[in-house]
Amino acid sequence: MSERASGSSAQRERAPVQVYVPGDSAARSVGADLMAERLAAVAAAAGRPVQVVRTGSRGMLWLEPLIEVETSAGRVGYGPVAPEDVDGLVAAGLLDGAAHELGVGLVEELPWMRRQQRLTFARVGIVDPRSADDHLAHGGTAGLRAALELSPADVVEQVVESGLRGRGGAGFPTGVKWRTVLGAQADQKFVCCNADEGDSGTFADRMLMEGDPFILIEGMTIAAHAVGATEGYIYIRSEYPDAVATMTAAIETARERRWLGERILGSELTFELHVRVGAGAYICGEETSMLESLEGKRGTVRPKPPIPALAGLFGKPTVVNNVLSLASVPTILTGGAAAYAALGTGRSRGTSVFQLGGNVRRGGIVETAFGITLGELVESFGDGTASGRPVKAVQVGGPLGAYLPADRFDLPMDYEAFAEAGAMLGHGGVVVFDDTADMTAMARFAMEFCAEESCGKCTPCRVGAVRGVETIDRIRRGEDRAANFELLEDLCELMTDGSLCAMGGLTPMPVRSALRHFAKDFGVEAAG
Amino acid sequence: MTVEAGERAARAERVRAVASGLRDQRGALLPILHAVQAEFGHIDQADLPVLADVLNLSVAEVHGVVTFYSDFRNTSPGRVHLRICRAEACQAVGAEALAEHASAGLGVGFGETTADGAVTLDQVFCLGNCALGPTVQVGERLHGRVNPARLDAILAEAAR
Repeated sequence: MSERASGSSAQRERAPVQVYVPGDSAARSVGADLMAERLAAVAAAAGRPVQVVRTGSRGMLWLEPLIEVETSAGRVGYGPVAPEDVDGLVAAGLLDGAAHELGVGLVEELPWMRRQQRLTFARVGIVDPRSADDHLAHGGTAGLRAALELSPADVVEQVVESGLRGRGGAGFPTGVKWRTVLGAQADQKFVCCNADEGDSGTFADRMLMEGDPFILIEGMTIAAHAVGATEGYIYIRSEYPDAVATMTAAIETARERRWLGERILGSELTFELHVRVGAGAYICGEETSMLESLEGKRGTVRPKPPIPALAGLFGKPTVVNNVLSLASVPTILTGGAAAYAALGTGRSRGTSVFQLGGNVRRGGIVETAFGITLGELVESFGDGTASGRPVKAVQVGGPLGAYLPADRFDLPMDYEAFAEAGAMLGHGGVVVFDDTADMTAMARFAMEFCAEESCGKCTPCRVGAVRGVETIDRIRRGEDRAANFELLEDLCELMTDGSLCAMGGLTPMPVRSALRHFAKDFGVEAAG
Repeated sequence: MTVEAGERAARAERVRAVASGLRDQRGALLPILHAVQAEFGHIDQADLPVLADVLNLSVAEVHGVVTFYSDFRNTSPGRVHLRICRAEACQAVGAEALAEHASAGLGVGFGETTADGAVTLDQVFCLGNCALGPTVQVGERLHGRVNPARLDAILAEAAR
């Protein structure tokens, strides 16, 4: 050891090589921690000290764990790297960005990255999410500084003009909601961020919170200034412990930097922000249930009206927005409403963060302007199924979204186009299934999920879902099929029309779409 | 006072202290329940009157909240808490078969603990790892691309 050390004194004098390994929980789920440890050890043994920065993930999840090495040409990537690959990679010159069969070249130049328009996710995978300095060095706080130069009403109008609509699924215009809260008279107002990302196939909120928590804090602080709120809550589901830890640490850092607290950035603005952790209830992603839960109660749905913008948390006017909606706001304030509104199609303006999951070869984050087709996402970005078999169905928009066949790949990702097709964009999750999927099982699961997660407040959802499971079971067993199809359709209609919220109201969407597009699975030639 | 009664009194005192420390937060019940469960592994029926007293709520209100949320348990989990994702994205890559393998191997169903107290098996709907499924969570640790063989290895590792 000493011989080798003395023989490489020239190398030892070099500055440590900057290496990036995602600390995102998805990357960690496939071994990023072990790999990073191994890399530091092997590099040290080779006399080449490295500084390993744990970033968020670039969102190219099939490449995880990904290593990026800083070179004079830019960051050179290698992936997926198992711990046992590390010795060979270092020997082959990884620390100098040398070629290798696991090498992917310059990460920013990859077609997957170049074809995206990353605004909300601009810093994710690049910065150290725990570093306020890194945030500043990459343009952080510019949106907040711009907002503080404007009156609250002008900030609201910027958001209105940008065309930003709620990314949580409902698609309500964010600026219009803010205008209502601004206009409400009250001694106290709140800003609440819905980070209860329970939809299967969605993980963008998690990755943003783990990869760039300060952008969410910034977006919420801008919202507070715009509507006159002094206190905010981020409601994060308990299934996301890493996101809870990252957000909590970032809030602490932001307080130290005077990005939160009193006289933010020297202005008159005071805003306190807190993280609250859910407790395993899907329904708490519904905004009124989330408010009940934040108040320390059972997460049951509230009837609307009154709308939360007027009577929300503890009865006070409250902005409730999804993570991605709030995190889009700094970009709008920095780049201008017109530039944001110039992206997209129809009434779906700006970019959306789509998420590819399930049986897909290249899953991950695709942030791009609205209007890209479903087929481009699944085939060009996703490269088809992971199993190599034909795509049978994709479910878009979570467990309450429709199942669509490959012949609907022409659909543009656009709120209205999806609504017309009997589907919804939801939170932008796209889950791919190959031809082994049994759509009767997926229809049954939609009802089973609703029965499991219903808050129980309204009968169509609470009882209808249980009856739905029973009815689909009878159809699958071939019992009295004509009568049971009629009963199922009747039940779907009742749940759609009679439920208090989207849980019961939209559960029929996956059921009906499975019946419509995959009638063969149900043993019928064509169904309504 | 018997040993058991002494333990009960000590727990009640500690639960009261935890609750009193957090009660000034807005809507404090959920943070308090999380804190009590983090310390004791579960929320005991005997904790409910203490929490109700500290927060000036009825026992029925506290009971209603505790039973609404699937995270809150009335018995402590096994030494290893395994949660298998059964949501659609993981189903698309074999989650149902993985769940059956786990259930058959452990000899328990969802929500149950093995007789030796080693493993509690639960289902969960989405862990936000939808491009790297099937996904399981052991304690707070996420594992992706889990097939039956890898699950057995993860459980063996966790048991050590």
